[in-house]
Amino acid sequence: MAPTAADNAFVEFDRVQKSYDGETLVVKDLNLSMPRGEFLTMLGPSGSGKTTCLMMLAGFETATHGDIRIGGTSINHIPPHKRGIGMVFQNYALFPHMTVAENLAFPLEVRKLGKSEREAKVQRALDMVQMGKFGGRRPAQLSGGQQQRIALARALVFEPELVLMDEPLGALDKQLREHMQFEITRIAHNLGITTVYVTHDQTEALTMSDRVAVFDDGRIQQLAPPDELYEAPQNSFVAQFIGENNTLTGVIKSIDGGRCAVQLDSGEVIDAMPVNVSKPGERTKVSIRPERVEINKSRLSPDAHTLKAEVLEFIYMGDIFRTRLRVAGREDFIVKTRNAPDQVRLQPGTTIEIGWLPEDCRALDA
Amino acid sequence: MTDTTSQSGPMLAADGTPLKKSLHRAQRRQKVRALMLIAPLLLFILVTFIAPIFDMLLRSVENDIVPDTLPRTVVALQDWDNASGEAPDEETFRAFYTDFALAEEQKAHTRLGSRLNFEMSGISSVFRSTGRDVGKFDTDYYTDQFVDADEVYEDPVQWSEWMADDGVASALPQTADAYAGWVKVLNEEGDDPLDEDIPDFVYTALYHDLAAGANPPVLPSVDVSGWDDISLKEQFIDSNEDWADPDIWATIKAFSGPYTAGYFANSIDLQSTPEGFAQRDEDERIYIKLFIRTMVMSLAITGMCILLGYPIAYLLSHLPARKANLLMILVLLPFWTSLLVRTSAWKVLLQNQGVINDILVWIGIVSDDNRLALINNANGTIIAMTHILLPFMILPLFSVMKTINPSYVRAAKSMGANDWTAFWRVYFPNSVPGIGAGSILVFILSIGYYITPELVGGVDGVFISNRIAYHISSSLNWGLAAALGSILLVLVLGLYYVYDRVVGIDNVKLGG
Ligand SMILES: Nc1ncnc2c1ncn2[C@@H]1O[C@H](COP(=O)(O)OP(=O)(O)O)[C@@H](O)[C@H]1O
Ligand SMILES: [Mg+2]
Repeated sequence: MAPTAADNAFVEFDRVQKSYDGETLVVKDLNLSMPRGEFLTMLGPSGSGKTTCLMMLAGFETATHGDIRIGGTSINHIPPHKRGIGMVFQNYALFPHMTVAENLAFPLEVRKLGKSEREAKVQRALDMVQMGKFGGRRPAQLSGGQQQRIALARALVFEPELVLMDEPLGALDKQLREHMQFEITRIAHNLGITTVYVTHDQTEALTMSDRVAVFDDGRIQQLAPPDELYEAPQNSFVAQFIGENNTLTGVIKSIDGGRCAVQLDSGEVIDAMPVNVSKPGERTKVSIRPERVEINKSRLSPDAHTLKAEVLEFIYMGDIFRTRLRVAGREDFIVKTRNAPDQVRLQPGTTIEIGWLPEDCRALDA
Repeated sequence: MTDTTSQSGPMLAADGTPLKKSLHRAQRRQKVRALMLIAPLLLFILVTFIAPIFDMLLRSVENDIVPDTLPRTVVALQDWDNASGEAPDEETFRAFYTDFALAEEQKAHTRLGSRLNFEMSGISSVFRSTGRDVGKFDTDYYTDQFVDADEVYEDPVQWSEWMADDGVASALPQTADAYAGWVKVLNEEGDDPLDEDIPDFVYTALYHDLAAGANPPVLPSVDVSGWDDISLKEQFIDSNEDWADPDIWATIKAFSGPYTAGYFANSIDLQSTPEGFAQRDEDERIYIKLFIRTMVMSLAITGMCILLGYPIAYLLSHLPARKANLLMILVLLPFWTSLLVRTSAWKVLLQNQGVINDILVWIGIVSDDNRLALINNANGTIIAMTHILLPFMILPLFSVMKTINPSYVRAAKSMGANDWTAFWRVYFPNSVPGIGAGSILVFILSIGYYITPELVGGVDGVFISNRIAYHISSSLNWGLAAALGSILLVLVLGLYYVYDRVVGIDNVKLGG
């Protein structure tokens, strides 16, 4: 095989398309390249094609167009059982007619491992997920969280280099989910395996991943590490989808290097950083994170543009205060402030002036 | 875990009553409601299902007719040794005379004859011929003698007064017994004993009582010492010489209890002999063979249904819902036509000059003078019944397969199992409950099937149920039919038990 563009790429999607019905493309031009050992999350709303991508990688769906490569080899014509990919399914897919140990031994059996070796590996995998004593149970006798651990152990027991997980924590309650998020990343990093993880939960994506691919409409909207994704969304979909976000709409008045002036629909002009806008007159959505809004005018530079805001609601949330404002004609403008001793608690009905650093205000496509 | 029930004694509800009690009270209303909801069905099942089954079980051992019809004979026969090789003594024939004459009054002797005919063929005609003669026995001699001695012996009113007298009744036990029997029969028939002539057998009993030295009060004394002694044994043998055959009496004696194992013995090819039950002759054994054939062929049909139904159900369960529903209608199509029509269609297709043989000959697979015998034998039954019962296999299989999550097979493949291993180790075990449910349905249905084997089974393709139907509608041997049915029921329950042991009954799913 000729070396590919990204030489250190382990998993590659090369202009992959997928259509189920021959009329609509569920995946429209997917390009992705993952180095060995990376934990990559596919994040996106339901129906955006994440599972489809995973299934193409696993071999249960065939790409309509394009190439999928693992370790430089095209796998388009390799049947699923020869791909050596570990999988964790959303419903865990533990075989109900086998005990936990038999479930784990299954991939080793089909690989014709000897009995003693099998047992040792099964026990090691069970210990790894702290389920060492549950080998004799049936899946139905386990709680959801325990089943989840077993499914994870089963996907890892035959030591695959690549593991795929499709919303594996979707059925767990919040606390267990957070605990398992930690467990999964710990194990994945300890074993050094490459992981493709699918979720629609952005918190999960942000906390677990090395990189996140945000899916929408059959395309990757942005592929970036979590911090970059949150702080520097490349388009308005990503800005909306990741974290909480205030959006104001307007028209570009002027662009000058790293700065632009945006005239809001309500008339005011604000400073922003142009991200994917190019020329004056273009419509734009500006996006400001609630925690980057400054309510203390003295902390802003004197020439900064400010906006008038009327306080509508003050919500005490413990660690933070969440204040809803009327800004530029919109009533859903949120400001988050830290609960610090010197922090002011804004009273509903009062009018204040708010502003932000221009680099925190991103002018995105409309 | 910490102990939450640290208080001693029962848990108490808020109002101080024990928690169990108040829970019970709270649930009672619900229970009553539930009971009322199922009451109509429960009643229906009780009347139309449980009761008939119970009745059937009872009928298979019931033998009231012999002790009810021949109560005196049954007692008298107790002392008779059936290995003696001789008919019973005169004493027994006297009892038999009274019984028989009473039975003849009600025509019960023909029913009894038919009943005993099941145990020994030919008895029925003996009973019927003697039934015609019993009124013409020479015992009218006694009647004439008594009436000649005193006119008052002819008067039914007098008789009724005499027999009401305790002294008379105890002095003349046989007479009182015969008279009471006669009165009972008349009452049942709505006749007045005060208007009817006293029958010969009562005079006969009176003679025997008096001849034995009885000295009754009230009755006008009659000296019977010089009278002829008429042997009832001879009378019966004159009527039909088979009464001299000890085998008849052995049969009556063997079936004289209110319950009998005879029907069951018959059902498993045993017959009663003086030495007890023994196997029938080789060529007379039919039922065990039929039971075995019914089981084997039902198993064969079940097996065929699994083989043919499994791939269909698999296909259906993997198709999109719309196509699956369309095909499902085709699967159910056979239900739209009458069973008789379908079975008759098979006759047309399968017969020697039928469509299938014609095609096979035309293709050249079989030669013209070597056409396959596909009908009027076991082949016909298996083919037609597999066709008829196939939907009962496909439906549960389909609904179980529908519930098998496709991710199981995907998981297996992702772990390195090839298509076959993934199917065999993962998919198939999860579809076994459907096979179980379908097999139980098909097997139980086919074990009791009767129309199809009757129509296409010929001689060696009929089932035990055809025999049961025959005994119910043609030979009228309901006891034997009931015994055969009971054995079938027990066999099915036994298989059910074995199935539960081997596969587990909770491993049967009709879907969901
Ligand atoms: N087997 C299938 N046949 C036809 N359409 C499908 C199939 N699986 C998924 N789709 C469609 O493809 C789109 C993407 O689905 P999916 O990949 O499951 O999205 P996600 O996992 O992101 O929720 C959806 O519109 C869905 O309806
Ligand atoms: Mg999905």
